[in-house]
Amino acid sequence: MTAYLKRKGYEGVALTLPVTVSYERYSIHGAHWYVGQAVRALVQGSGLGKAQIDGLTVSSFSLAPDTAVGVTQHLGLSPRWLDHIPTGGASGVMALRRAARAVQCGDAEVVACVAADTNHVDSFRHTLGAFSDFARDASYPYGAGGPNSMFAFITAHYMRQYGARREDFGRIAVAQRANALANPNALFKTPLSLEQYMAARPVAAPIHLFDCVMPCAGAEAFLVMAPERARDLGLPHVLLRGAIERHNAFSADPVMVRGGWAMDREDLYAQAGMRPADIDVLQTYDDYPVIVMMQFEDLGFCAKGEGPDFVRAHDLRFSGDFPQNTGGAQLSSGQAGAAGGFIGMTETIRQLTGQAGARAVPGARRGLVAGFGMVTYDRCLCTGAVILEASA
Amino acid sequence: MTQAFAKPPRKNPLLRTPQMNLPPAARGRVALGLTAAAAEGRFMLQVCSECGATQYPPREACHQCLSPALRWQDQTGAGELLTETTLSHSNDLYFRERLPWRLGMVRLDAGPSAMVHLHGEVGAAPSRVRVGVRLDRAGQAVLIGFPEKGSEHMADDPMLREMASDPKFRKVLVTDGKSPVGQAVVRALAKAGADLIWVGQAEPWKQPAGFAELARLPQVSVVDLDVRDERSVQELAALIGAKVDIVINTAELHRRHGIGGRAGTEVAREEMEVNYLGLLRLAQAFGPVLMARAADGATHATAWVNLLSICALSNHPPEGTYSASKAAALSLAQCLRAELRAAGVRVLNVFPGPLDDEWSQNVPPPKLAPQALASAIVKALRDGVEDVYPGDIAQDWLARWRDNPKVLERELAAGGS
Repeated sequence: MTAYLKRKGYEGVALTLPVTVSYERYSIHGAHWYVGQAVRALVQGSGLGKAQIDGLTVSSFSLAPDTAVGVTQHLGLSPRWLDHIPTGGASGVMALRRAARAVQCGDAEVVACVAADTNHVDSFRHTLGAFSDFARDASYPYGAGGPNSMFAFITAHYMRQYGARREDFGRIAVAQRANALANPNALFKTPLSLEQYMAARPVAAPIHLFDCVMPCAGAEAFLVMAPERARDLGLPHVLLRGAIERHNAFSADPVMVRGGWAMDREDLYAQAGMRPADIDVLQTYDDYPVIVMMQFEDLGFCAKGEGPDFVRAHDLRFSGDFPQNTGGAQLSSGQAGAAGGFIGMTETIRQLTGQAGARAVPGARRGLVAGFGMVTYDRCLCTGAVILEASA
Repeated sequence: MTQAFAKPPRKNPLLRTPQMNLPPAARGRVALGLTAAAAEGRFMLQVCSECGATQYPPREACHQCLSPALRWQDQTGAGELLTETTLSHSNDLYFRERLPWRLGMVRLDAGPSAMVHLHGEVGAAPSRVRVGVRLDRAGQAVLIGFPEKGSEHMADDPMLREMASDPKFRKVLVTDGKSPVGQAVVRALAKAGADLIWVGQAEPWKQPAGFAELARLPQVSVVDLDVRDERSVQELAALIGAKVDIVINTAELHRRHGIGGRAGTEVAREEMEVNYLGLLRLAQAFGPVLMARAADGATHATAWVNLLSICALSNHPPEGTYSASKAAALSLAQCLRAELRAAGVRVLNVFPGPLDDEWSQNVPPPKLAPQALASAIVKALRDGVEDVYPGDIAQDWLARWRDNPKVLERELAAGGS
């Protein structure tokens, strides 16, 4: 039998220099401004010249008509490796996986992974109506609720199927707000109580106000390079230990009850030689709390349907027994478009390199970052996850 | 149970008339297949000719076997409502003005899951539903989850009323109320609960059988209207235009001539005056005011009906000049439809076969009774369709025209009807 090439491991890949360009509810700047400021912070923080950044990935919804290649001329970059990764909530994981291979193979030495979006006063509405073919044809004409409608379907269905209550989702939102209060970049600055969560106005029942993210402008970025390079530059860094990605998983499920993580998690933990219990800090993709709960299940922290009990039994704050979305994530920081797919990555790098300030999880060495993106019709299609580990 | 739609109170003249904001109208070319079927009141989905898979949303290839051989096939719409929501917020003005709005996700027995607007009588998920299709105010197809068995007043569901043009409590202009078809339409509208019916008469001295009795109906108001006369049309529009909710253009001139059978162009010109230019005059006078009132309360301006003919699709030589005038009217009706769509006012084209009237005296049956045509028009308004082909002859010619328009041309030329 022919021995086909096996998937190679992710050894020899470091992530460093987590960058966040301050979030703003509305901005008069274009997306290129945010990409530019992110790259500037990467250059200044790394001590590298612009010319030494020889790989670039760009993720954005508001860059049109430009893609990554337009960014190179706009910012005067000349990379020898380039990728445009417009997959929103999955873009962080996907950018890292691609950058890792480029670095391993020598196609690039230093890859800047950037996600940036602006948010003008009316831009969210325009994004929704033209988000995908299927959204234009088969979901936006139905009430134009955007993803709220679909995730209301998914949430209501999950609640009926597994006995989750609004309070259970509230625990997630409330804990993340507590985490956000220790994150200077988070747009939400006031505490949120479970009572306030329960009393919020309905948006698309059972989704209420605090189940929704707030669109904003901002950017997240990091560098990918060989660990030796990061060491020589004196940059605190983390190592990539495993990575998975899946698209359009379980498409026969009439309503989404599980994500592609459930299909690939064994592979992820096997790559890293870890089990869920070994993870010190978890960043889920939190477009809606039900998806956070689903990730607890599909990433193996509890069994399918045990999500409600899991959140009742654990303290999800950075100081708690199950530190989750330790910077407040999108629900409490804001969703800066595609940067929402990077926020877990930059937060984990900070947590594992001692840069998390007041919200540091003591002794955290291993982090899992999950991505989830692109609700083209009735569910998000892209799922992915990576495991990162402190380097020393 | 849907509450019967009650007659709305008189409009407060101090309040600004709300303007129409359309729901999202953009669709891709493939998705327009759904709209094309819905225009006739049919719910069709793509079915793969190779593997038999039914799919939704519409695609360019079969999602199972990747075959490009996809055909649109009628659906029963049977399915199960799996989950639902009620929107309290929308990013779109049309829905924002109509909140709360109920939506569901239905798994069709045929396979795919579909997002639908939910009829108020559909019970909480999980429950059995029947998915149907309607044209929304943008004129685009949308799926609707109906109860398996509806109550008496289910058509009065507020969401469903938005998708239709029910004459109930509406004010209607019938441009010619003296012809057998015009009279039948007026009676059908009165029966359907129209609030007021203006009945046009071009020649007051003519008193056809039944008209005097018709004019005594409490809803009926006889008005002078000669569609050949621009001034007559403008004067009537000035008088009643701002109150009309539905225009039904029944005015037509029907003579049976080809080219060689009669010398000169006088009759053909007269057919064009009524059948084509008459429509143009009416559209110029009444179209803009209908558009301005397209969101004016629960009985807003809603529809325009054109009495065309199946001969508009392909010339029928024994009535060749009439066919040509109806073809011209069809083309103009498409233009009118495109313009009125901007305000969400529906243009409904009716394509009957030969009618059982004096001008088709020598045509053998089956012929369409004026009452049957009138019922088809009222039903089409209630169902919110765009094109209707009432009667066996119309259906037969339509099927042949769709199958091969060139073959139909030859058949009609050879005297086949």
